[in-house]
Amino acid sequence: MKGRDEIAQALAASGYIADADLATAISLMQLLRRPLLLEGEAGVGKTEVAKALAKVHAAELIRLQCYEGLDQSSALYEWNYQRQLLAIQAHRGSDSIEDQVFSEKYLLERPLLAAIRRPQAPVLLIDEIDRADDEFEAFLLELLSDFQVSIPELGTIPAVTIPHVVLTSNGTRELSDALRRRCLYHYVDYPDVDRETRIILARVTGASPSLSLQIARMVEGVRKEELRKVPGVAETLDWAAALIGLDVRDLHDAPETVHETLICLLKTHEDRARVTPEVTQRLLGKVA
Amino acid sequence: MSCCGSSPEYDDLDEVSKLVSAKLAGFLRTLRDAGFRVGLAEGQDAATLMSAGYVAKPGLLRAAFKHLFSARKSDWDRFDGLFDAFWLGKRVRSRSRTSGSTPGAGNPSLKSLQDRSAEQGGSHSVTDQLPSSDDAPEGRSGEGRMEGASRADNLADVDFRKLGDPAQVAQAHEAAAQLAKAMRTRLTRRDLARRRGYRLDLRRTIHRNISHGGVPISLVKRRRKDKPLRLVVLLDASGSMSMYTSVFLRFIHGVLDQFREAEALLFHTRLAYVSDAMKEKDAGRALDRLSIMAQGAGGGTKIGESLQTFNRWHAARVIHSRSCVMIVSDGYETGDAALLGREMAALHRRCRRIVWLNPMMAWQGYTPEARGIKAALPHVDLYAPANSLQSLRALEPYLARL
Repeated sequence: MKGRDEIAQALAASGYIADADLATAISLMQLLRRPLLLEGEAGVGKTEVAKALAKVHAAELIRLQCYEGLDQSSALYEWNYQRQLLAIQAHRGSDSIEDQVFSEKYLLERPLLAAIRRPQAPVLLIDEIDRADDEFEAFLLELLSDFQVSIPELGTIPAVTIPHVVLTSNGTRELSDALRRRCLYHYVDYPDVDRETRIILARVTGASPSLSLQIARMVEGVRKEELRKVPGVAETLDWAAALIGLDVRDLHDAPETVHETLICLLKTHEDRARVTPEVTQRLLGKVA
Repeated sequence: MSCCGSSPEYDDLDEVSKLVSAKLAGFLRTLRDAGFRVGLAEGQDAATLMSAGYVAKPGLLRAAFKHLFSARKSDWDRFDGLFDAFWLGKRVRSRSRTSGSTPGAGNPSLKSLQDRSAEQGGSHSVTDQLPSSDDAPEGRSGEGRMEGASRADNLADVDFRKLGDPAQVAQAHEAAAQLAKAMRTRLTRRDLARRRGYRLDLRRTIHRNISHGGVPISLVKRRRKDKPLRLVVLLDASGSMSMYTSVFLRFIHGVLDQFREAEALLFHTRLAYVSDAMKEKDAGRALDRLSIMAQGAGGGTKIGESLQTFNRWHAARVIHSRSCVMIVSDGYETGDAALLGREMAALHRRCRRIVWLNPMMAWQGYTPEARGIKAALPHVDLYAPANSLQSLRALEPYLARL
């Protein structure tokens, strides 16, 4: 694929405002054919990268949400047991029934198998890999290096196409060095005011440049408060949509509405209690 | 795929001069010296990038190498400085740009601790009893059995602060390490006994029952996954705890060595993440390193502030739903007791259990009157004395139930 400027433009066209670093990372993904590991706080827009990438490539997005206890049968493949049992009943006594029921016809694809068998390379999003167990991570390592899987009854299934793989992690568990080394690394931080303004403009219909800038500055201020849950980009977009829906053109004109709608940003009771009308007023004072 | 284990094919690098290749090799060496895990595959990919035209644009090359060679946030933060120093001859920035989510080098509290210890000469330990590398014997084999028990038994009920001569202290250290080992072994055995499966493994069941026409006569159960308990130890290293700190440090070293998942932090007026220092195999060296990190003790205990730092910067990474947080402290809070209560409540929401070990509980006539311990107790699942080997041993059945 092309250079990073073209990639940044293509991502922007699909609604994702990327910084130059991320555009470089994506161009390297294509060049070196390595997975991209995105790390960062929850809500900074890691998952969105994969979605935007899928739009850029006009490719299917296959998402594997990781969780504790995720195993191969949920991630890779499963047999269709109901059909297998019916077939066994129907062909009772047949010698070759075992071969028949463990064939392609009875195989159910799960995200990972689907990702390597698509004729056109999809974007495979392995979301929150840090939630999965060590064993699953080790299994993934094999898949990501060889792009083939072994199914005991069918043998080795090589990849038809190599998917564009994006892994995300919130850092709740330390990932293995082996997995990290397999991937390109990018740390996703909260966007600065300029980028967040452009994100609001790109994603929220009806947002004016001046209001978007005010919102971005206000959110930056809120993030600096001592909060249990720091608002992410999605919360910013919700808040912007709410303000526009309530016909707010300038934050200074409607301080009460601003304070009331902060529920879009503050997601715990404690945080809500901490940001009093006075705090909102103080933060508003810093927004030019 | 680029990440196979083969060596770099320098023949492919015709257009890259030998000088640049040598420079790249030098850079890889610099990165390895700085603790980056850079393998042959990364070197090969770096060469590919250079021959793909990146070498002509230093800014782009730096960004590309950053993605390729970094594997974690700490690498990410340090990379630009290393790159500029090597390729552009600039000075390396000594401090990382951001701090917070990654504990360790960039952690502000740890940094301040290290700075302070450096100012003080960084020479000797927080307590006089802390052993040097020579007089702390390494835990012997024993495979989880208390082989040193005969020697340790007469120490079992002795309060740690009454341990007199260095030989006794060393014995207590060894016994504490062996106790940690024994605990790990027994907990594992219980895990194994509990691991009988309860969910059906349909694939194996169908395989086994094909001869019965598919009627599932013989069932195969899935094995239950071994889910290890994670122990997070927060040790008070303040002046009032100084008589106990050294034995607990040895115990924690044993715990970190033996438990598959364990983390340790020290606090007094600040909090320091010490798991990495504790993972040092040589117990003596680990304790020497820790004694330097724990310098600054004696000024008071800000448990609330330390817990706040823990909740904010460390909890998301070190705590999961099967975590037991063990706080070893006398609960003498010199800071804000209300803050301690709030932070304990926040911590309690995150973890499975909070165990508070207070060495002073075993003292005659002791009642938890200190403001700190009063604020903390409502959020504690187990409040127990821990002033002797016997009291540490008594904890094991409780931990086994977690």
